[in-house]
Amino acid sequence: MHCKSLWIKASAKSPAKDQFQEELVIRPLHSGDIYASFQFRTLWDTDFLQEGQKKVSHYRLFPKSLGQVLSKFSVQELHISFTQGFWRTMQWGQPFIPSPPGAELWVWFHHTVSDVDGNWKELTNVLSGIFCASLNFIDMTNTVQPSASFKPLGLGNATDHRFLRYATLPREIVCTENLTPWKKLLPCGSKAGLAVLMKSEKLFHSSFHSQAVHIRPICQDEQCTSKAWELRQTLNVVFDHYTSGQGKKEWSLFKMFSRTLTEACPLASSSKVYVDITDNPELSPATPLLSQAVVLGDRRTYSVYDLTRAETFGQLRSFNLLLRWKGDNMLRPLLHAERYVAGFGLQTGEIHTVIYNNHPYRAFPVLLMDSVPWYLQLYIHTLTVTSKSRDNKPSYIHYQPAKDRHRPHLLEMLIQLPPHSMTEVTVQFERALLKWTEYTPDPNHGFYVGSSVISALVPSMVAMSTNFTQDQPLFSSFVPVKEESSYFVRVYTEPLLVNLPTPDFSMPYNVICLTCTVVAVGYGSFYNLLTRTFQVDEPSPPLAKRLANFIRRIRGVPLLA
Amino acid sequence: MSKQRQDLLIYFSFYFVFYYYYYYLLCVFILLEKQRVRNAVLAIAAVVIVVGIPLWWKTTETYRAWLPYSEISELDSLQVTHIIMCGLLSRNTNPRTQKKVPLSHVNVKEHQIDAKTGLRYKYETRYRTATIMEEDALNQPTAAEADLSLHMLSENSCGSVVVYVIPESSALMPEDVKAYVGQRRTVLLRSPPFRSSWSLKEVLSNLDVEVEQVVSTMSFGHQDIVAALSNRVRMTKVTKESMADSMRAIKSSPGYEITFSLLNPDPKSHSLHWDIEGAVQSYIQPLLNKLAPIANFSVDSQILYYAVLGVNPRFDNSVSAYTLSADSLSHVINPVEARLGSNAASSNPVLNFLLYVPDAHHSPLYIRDHSKREVPSNAFHSPRWGGIMVYNVNEMYGPEAERPVDININMAKVMGVFLAQLRLMLGVQRTHPPTGFVLQSPGSAGLADWELDRLLWSRSVENIATASTTITSLAQLLDQIGNIVINDNVAQQVSSAVTSLQSAVAELEAGNLAFALHYSREAVLASERAFFDPSLLHLLYFPDDQKFAIYIPLFLPMCVPIVLSLLKTVSEAKQRLADKQAKSD
Repeated sequence: MHCKSLWIKASAKSPAKDQFQEELVIRPLHSGDIYASFQFRTLWDTDFLQEGQKKVSHYRLFPKSLGQVLSKFSVQELHISFTQGFWRTMQWGQPFIPSPPGAELWVWFHHTVSDVDGNWKELTNVLSGIFCASLNFIDMTNTVQPSASFKPLGLGNATDHRFLRYATLPREIVCTENLTPWKKLLPCGSKAGLAVLMKSEKLFHSSFHSQAVHIRPICQDEQCTSKAWELRQTLNVVFDHYTSGQGKKEWSLFKMFSRTLTEACPLASSSKVYVDITDNPELSPATPLLSQAVVLGDRRTYSVYDLTRAETFGQLRSFNLLLRWKGDNMLRPLLHAERYVAGFGLQTGEIHTVIYNNHPYRAFPVLLMDSVPWYLQLYIHTLTVTSKSRDNKPSYIHYQPAKDRHRPHLLEMLIQLPPHSMTEVTVQFERALLKWTEYTPDPNHGFYVGSSVISALVPSMVAMSTNFTQDQPLFSSFVPVKEESSYFVRVYTEPLLVNLPTPDFSMPYNVICLTCTVVAVGYGSFYNLLTRTFQVDEPSPPLAKRLANFIRRIRGVPLLA
Repeated sequence: MSKQRQDLLIYFSFYFVFYYYYYYLLCVFILLEKQRVRNAVLAIAAVVIVVGIPLWWKTTETYRAWLPYSEISELDSLQVTHIIMCGLLSRNTNPRTQKKVPLSHVNVKEHQIDAKTGLRYKYETRYRTATIMEEDALNQPTAAEADLSLHMLSENSCGSVVVYVIPESSALMPEDVKAYVGQRRTVLLRSPPFRSSWSLKEVLSNLDVEVEQVVSTMSFGHQDIVAALSNRVRMTKVTKESMADSMRAIKSSPGYEITFSLLNPDPKSHSLHWDIEGAVQSYIQPLLNKLAPIANFSVDSQILYYAVLGVNPRFDNSVSAYTLSADSLSHVINPVEARLGSNAASSNPVLNFLLYVPDAHHSPLYIRDHSKREVPSNAFHSPRWGGIMVYNVNEMYGPEAERPVDININMAKVMGVFLAQLRLMLGVQRTHPPTGFVLQSPGSAGLADWELDRLLWSRSVENIATASTTITSLAQLLDQIGNIVINDNVAQQVSSAVTSLQSAVAELEAGNLAFALHYSREAVLASERAFFDPSLLHLLYFPDDQKFAIYIPLFLPMCVPIVLSLLKTVSEAKQRLADKQAKSD
């Protein structure tokens, strides 16, 4: 008790501790592309969910705008990502932090929140303002509460999925206007440190671009006596230099970003560049510092450049890395998935999700989550899961049917994948007819259905390290590893583009005109019937007779009667 | 005659009879038919006019809920009464007058600001003698202590002022001090010299002059009110200073966000530490606690790195320092503002206070005013936005110090400047006491009670002005544009705003400042909610040409036959009338 009061006194006097780390990982991919992954982590030993006098209001490294959002909406955990392009798992392997194309947002609210839906609505609007994105289009029709797929990544064993909200906007287009506010959240902005490299014309001239913000409470130390809040900003880019660089497998920092590094962010406690040298590429300048890390079930070797040390920058005071490589052996990802729509016509169709387990001898379970908009009416009785042409019964199914214009379908399944197999999940659907105001401005483009999410604990080929040491590089410490023999992977499939029956949009005026004409014609005949008099007319003589009479008149012969 | 022939004859005669009969019937029938057609035409026209048009009108009508237009138009002309209670406690200076006290009188002044806005000041003065306890309190050695102990005795109500008249020879105040204005709502007034022969009336009339001076110091002047009413009233006869005051002060709002930002453009050389939490607790929070009845305040702070000012300071060789001239100050804020960020969690107005520590290569930096002299505080403020202070740190370390240099910022110095700026922003007007008046310093709260009363009053008046202007212009707008749908929600907001406004004016008249402010704030909120209700925009733009385009396919084919046959009927009727006249002639 005494100890605790002392601690409170001490914390009241000195401002809460915060620290900032930055990191860049560069991994040459066997396809010839280059994968660059930035991670920025701000740690703050404080608690945003405090109320009253102890409310957090004095910010140093942590961005004020996000902190205010966290405390106002009582957010326990927040994950938001904006992605342009699709991550090709089969060619590129697993990304450090996966994300689906478009925008994805999932939030765990604190269990004291009473009106979760109201908070969610307001939160999406505020975030859409902060990130200049169309997150305000998230509403009840595309929000789901997954029961198992999205567990909190930070502290707090929240299991009640009433406090979880998940939504994707597969159509969201990510561009500079989203990058600028994202950069603004960094303490050094884009003025110093690794963020200097983020030149938008280079970053968006790439095969894949994904930026994300992850906020979660974590332990301050190993004993986990108190909470700290972690803000991770990640940016992943895949540059396609192989095809544009005449087939040469080489790159340099300057070639990729058209900038070089001159200094670390002065506020960063660590600032490092990691280069994956597992395939023994030529690297210049060379560094004596090597580090090994087991990431996603794969042991890799990295060269480490510490930007906080002056010798990294050499005589020129500028740091430019050059790398040539030949390597083309890549660990085939053990788990990957794809999805497509089958069927013809505009009435029914079938969604196929194919999940591959490439492990030669281990079977493992995966959680498949599908969120389908209400206008594709799923026939859940047609759901079939087959692996190796045999029926594979899911051990857990959570299905929440859609309500028209209110709620999407949510389908979650736990499927056991046999070793070295392909599992196919199919479900049929019928396309609904929308009201004419519900169509998007370009309805003939089609309607997007967000990616399916496959979460799994994949058996690892090498032992994963489970200890929480400080020296772990950021890219390997995002998802906490609970056991040595397996690692957590989340795989996103392609989003679907489905055509819906589309009417002719000049229809309303046509309808008005047509009904008016019908009414007018009906009314006209009715009116005529009422107001005209009808008389029997003398039938006029037939044409032959009239002709005969005409000739007779000319001849002067008496006419025919 | 054969039977056959006879038959034929009969047949023919029958035929003729029938033929003529038929012909006759036909003639009658045609006449009847004409009559029927005419009736049908008239009936259809009548049905269209009596049933069709009202039906169409009713079904295509926009819903417009009832609004209290008459009460709104009453609001258009505003009469505000300002009541000041003046308890005058005379110390027992003259035994003759003692019996006749207490008595009271009311003094009313009227001002018509413009055609629609009027002000009525009502000064109510009550006299009584001091109680024994108050006498004791007044026997304290200094005025400040007397003020405190008088405050302990009784709490004076909001908006009132108690004037204690102390004998001419009292040692409570220095000789040259005529009046001592305390921290609360009391004034110690040295009584003017009396002659013992004076009647009570003379004594009081002599006192009145002094009291009026006190009141005009402690309550605000006419100009300030006009400035507070600036939303409604055209500024014409306002002095420059009170206009500047009113423009500087941020508009009345139910809450404010105060943000302190430390700008560190050079984190490589300076590692700045500021104890903002402690500084806010000890300097800002007392003032905000005091101001709690006026608005909700929330305070936060942030540190922004690599944030630079918008102008490059010029190096002045004569003082070997960088200088910012007064003209360039207006360009300073814009680039910084992009970094400040707005408050994501509320929509209240934000007051920004920036502390700028110039980078090592541009220090020291001084701000110069229009007459090229250095501003002693090295700070400036931007009306309704906030303040900026430049804090030079170059003297705190030598040239060979190891970078980054740890620097602790002297928060007392900084907060002194920011507090003064905050007072200006919040509209605490400067007081100009007449000679001989001493104002006690407001203490840690930074605001005396009577200053708070003044603020309450001007905020109420400002709110009332804002709300009444909003409601009247909304009513005018709704009246002018018939296409706008007025739903029940908007109507309810409007009527609640009107009732709140009426009660605010009534409370103000009764002198209940706290209630007046409460109601006036409710009125502002309700009126804004009504004015910015999104439902007002739905059908705002539905032009007439589009309506025509939609209705013409239906109306044209329906109306043409009706109109034509009506015309025909009318011309036939005319013809018949003419025929009849011709026949009678």
